[in-house]
Amino acid sequence: MLDEYRTKSYQAHLRPAVDENLIKDNVAIIGIGQTAFSRNSQRDELDLACEAIKNAVDDAGLSISDIDGLEALTLDRVSMPTLIGSLGIPNLRFTSEVSFGGGGACATVMHAAAAVATGLADYVVCYRSLNEASGHRYGRGDGYAEYLSKAPTLHYGYYFPYGFLTPLAWAGMYARRWMHEYGIKLDNTGWYSLVLREYAQKNPNAIFYGKPMTYQDYLDAPMIVEPLRLFDCCVDTDGAVALVVTTADRARDAKQSPAYIMAAAQSIPIETEIQTSYNRPIVSGLPETWYVGQELYRISGLGPGDIDVAELYDPFSFGGIIQLEELGFCGRGEGVDFCEGGDRIRVDGELPLNTAGGLLSEAYIHGFNLIAEAVRQLRGTATSQVAGAETALVTAGPGLPTSGLILRK
Amino acid sequence: MTLEYVPGIPILGPYVDPDNAPFWEAVERHEFVLQRCADCKTYFQVPRPMCPHCRSMDSLEWVPSTGRGKIFSYVNFTTDRMAYPAMKIPYSVVLVELEEGIRLTANIVDVEPEDVFIGMPVEVTFNKPTDSFTLYQFKKAS
Amino acid sequence: MTTTRTVKDKTAIVGVAVSEFSRDSGRTEYSLAAQVVRDAVVDSGLSFDEIDGIVKDISDGIDPMYLQKAVGIEHAQFASDSHWGTSAIVSGITAVAAGICKNVVYYRSVNGASKRRAGNDFRAAKEMQDESLDLLRYDFYSPFGLLTPSGMAALCARRYLHRYGVDMSDLAWIPAVASEYAAANPRSAFFEKPMSFEECADSPAEVDPLRAVDCAPDVDGAVALVITSAERAKDLPHPPAIVMAAAQATSTEGELFSSFNRPDITGLPEMKLMGDELFRVAGVQRSDVKAAQFDDRFSFLVAMQLEELGYCERGDGGAFCAKGERIRRDGDLPLNTNGGFLGEGFLYGANVIEAVRQIRGTSSSQVENADLVLVASGAGGPADGLLLRR
Repeated sequence: MLDEYRTKSYQAHLRPAVDENLIKDNVAIIGIGQTAFSRNSQRDELDLACEAIKNAVDDAGLSISDIDGLEALTLDRVSMPTLIGSLGIPNLRFTSEVSFGGGGACATVMHAAAAVATGLADYVVCYRSLNEASGHRYGRGDGYAEYLSKAPTLHYGYYFPYGFLTPLAWAGMYARRWMHEYGIKLDNTGWYSLVLREYAQKNPNAIFYGKPMTYQDYLDAPMIVEPLRLFDCCVDTDGAVALVVTTADRARDAKQSPAYIMAAAQSIPIETEIQTSYNRPIVSGLPETWYVGQELYRISGLGPGDIDVAELYDPFSFGGIIQLEELGFCGRGEGVDFCEGGDRIRVDGELPLNTAGGLLSEAYIHGFNLIAEAVRQLRGTATSQVAGAETALVTAGPGLPTSGLILRK
Repeated sequence: MTLEYVPGIPILGPYVDPDNAPFWEAVERHEFVLQRCADCKTYFQVPRPMCPHCRSMDSLEWVPSTGRGKIFSYVNFTTDRMAYPAMKIPYSVVLVELEEGIRLTANIVDVEPEDVFIGMPVEVTFNKPTDSFTLYQFKKAS
Repeated sequence: MTTTRTVKDKTAIVGVAVSEFSRDSGRTEYSLAAQVVRDAVVDSGLSFDEIDGIVKDISDGIDPMYLQKAVGIEHAQFASDSHWGTSAIVSGITAVAAGICKNVVYYRSVNGASKRRAGNDFRAAKEMQDESLDLLRYDFYSPFGLLTPSGMAALCARRYLHRYGVDMSDLAWIPAVASEYAAANPRSAFFEKPMSFEECADSPAEVDPLRAVDCAPDVDGAVALVITSAERAKDLPHPPAIVMAAAQATSTEGELFSSFNRPDITGLPEMKLMGDELFRVAGVQRSDVKAAQFDDRFSFLVAMQLEELGYCERGDGGAFCAKGERIRRDGDLPLNTNGGFLGEGFLYGANVIEAVRQIRGTSSSQVENADLVLVASGAGGPADGLLLRR
């Protein structure tokens, strides 16, 4: 019933043919840049964005004046005109923004790719800059509760007055149902967080670098919103990440080895909401991730077994674990078992996962840091390098309209 | 009583507009109604201006709900880190599957968080956290 | 790859719809949006299942998934929010041309006059935007009572008048002709009969030098259109408006109506870049254009667009419109034939829809043989535009 429902909603028969997809193998990420990741940057987001973009452009061997497109999330607080002026970009030929919070992370690359593939622009920068730790916290419901006397939407009106106003709590509702349906025990879920913390010990840029964690530490940490413990939750971060997207033709001359886009996909199904999609047959899964996975595999021609490294958007640990199920790396309800002991998801395991520490232990730059890490893996420059990594799968925010990428060497 | 508010901290009210007003106006009268399409009898949550099946804007109606259902999922706010400051912790938010098939979230007013379980039968009730609006809530089924 | 790196002739606009335009809709933006999207899809002849992309302006309150829930669009696999003008339409065109999705719906729904807000997600985000880093700049304007686009635009207009030695009355043919077109357009809520040149020229200033007739009125209303591939368009009921070219542009030191730190504030450099790109991609001449829809949120912007888009010399935009002869239906550049924003109210998207009507031959002021129509949006900030052909 579940698969039937999803297959119907995916509408594979209506998707454009793979040979019509101008992005596939024709577009690449040739530059990545970031700021330091910290708990208090003491700088504004504009400043952070400029640094990350400058670093990405340098990394690509370009100059600022080569940039003719910008892509961001709608919730980025950096005003695009101000950014253009601050960087001194002469003229842009393409800009757009993607909604749905972190669910739009990979879609920024997809939209940039559409622009370069159709000649609207040559070099598009995708960026995300936020002071999540020291400033405005989405995860805490800031920007909603603080500024409004009334819950603003017909749908938030059903949640806010009940003290139910953070993404973590909304997602906790999915997690509880998933645990119920698959008999997941609360104390068994820690390996995912633990392995990500191990990766962070190799990554000097990670927030949790130098702060190892034992399973007991995980268990001892307080419940934030039951059933989620502190170390099930992503690490609020100040920082910025930027990526440079261009055509494969131009990428061949780039300073760095390009990460080619094999497939890019976005999914906004009818029953989705921003993490409160409670009125559909399944509440225990992440259907948008399943749809994106199906589309990525269809376009790339790859399957789960062909993926050398995965960078999964994990605002909380269960969000990463359930994605393993939705993307076909294990069966439904088997995600916790897949991570048991951690060997499968370590650097020499069958699916090295979030190898820089992910959103739980590296940084929470709305998933843009995951895309950058995937590029490093394909370049062979990751701090926990997967031997011979040739393909990487990256996802965006789960449990809301989302997006994904498969990149190759 | 498990659901308590902290005096002096404003609590957000629902945003009422022409699309959802019949729901919130009914709640003020301690009535519980759901939106559905009079033609195809499909129930909706969230309220909307058009039936997505018939695409009619004239066939939408609000009908009384039994107000009964079962808890489908829930979260407990046990620390103040993510809790709403206007509400005393601990409190639960429950996702209730109503007999009509619609799922709605609210607080549960008479059950301690540690006693909430998936499958618990509940029924609708109402409370008034401030002078300015009424909320629908759930309580243990009688 | 080189040959395919273009949007030229790959896509078409095949469905359009508008709601009633009024001063007070009495409805939510959600309701207006659902209505026009449904109607545009029906107009296109596509099935609702075929819609797999949704684009909108960032300021539009209704997120795609809410629209989907009302209209019954099962699964969007491309969604973009664009800033400014109608640049979201350009994003939709790139997505279809790149083979990411097949059929994109664009919508814009605004209770601009009554300010009756829909219940929507975006209100929260809007509040967040209000304290965004724009404040770094707006700090310098708001405390001095320079709060609105009309105030900022008026500063640019004043400098334009000064530099080229023209008077606002020299530009009064622009609102006068807009009112003529609007009076012929049954959708216009603002003009039952045209205003004469004298009435426009003599009307009092509102934000001096701008008069009320120079500012597009706020309106409640919604518009939607459907983009598909040129190939698919062949099987659909209405004559398609083929997208010959689509472009966007921003320029240095740009803000929305407040780009005061450019060497020259009497022009629209983005518009020039955008226009040059359109004609380059399409491979047609300015003189081939049979009708145009320019962004007339403020009347003087039409004069600037005529200059930047290559229809006259700098400072001559007002003279181009003198007596209205060249911009009326039988002139050499029939302009804003629905009355523009000045005549129908300020609602991006309505300009593109009028261009589609001209291509289809269904305008209330139909231009003979309108086989190529130019659209320009976003005057006063980042610009975007289309060249549509039969």
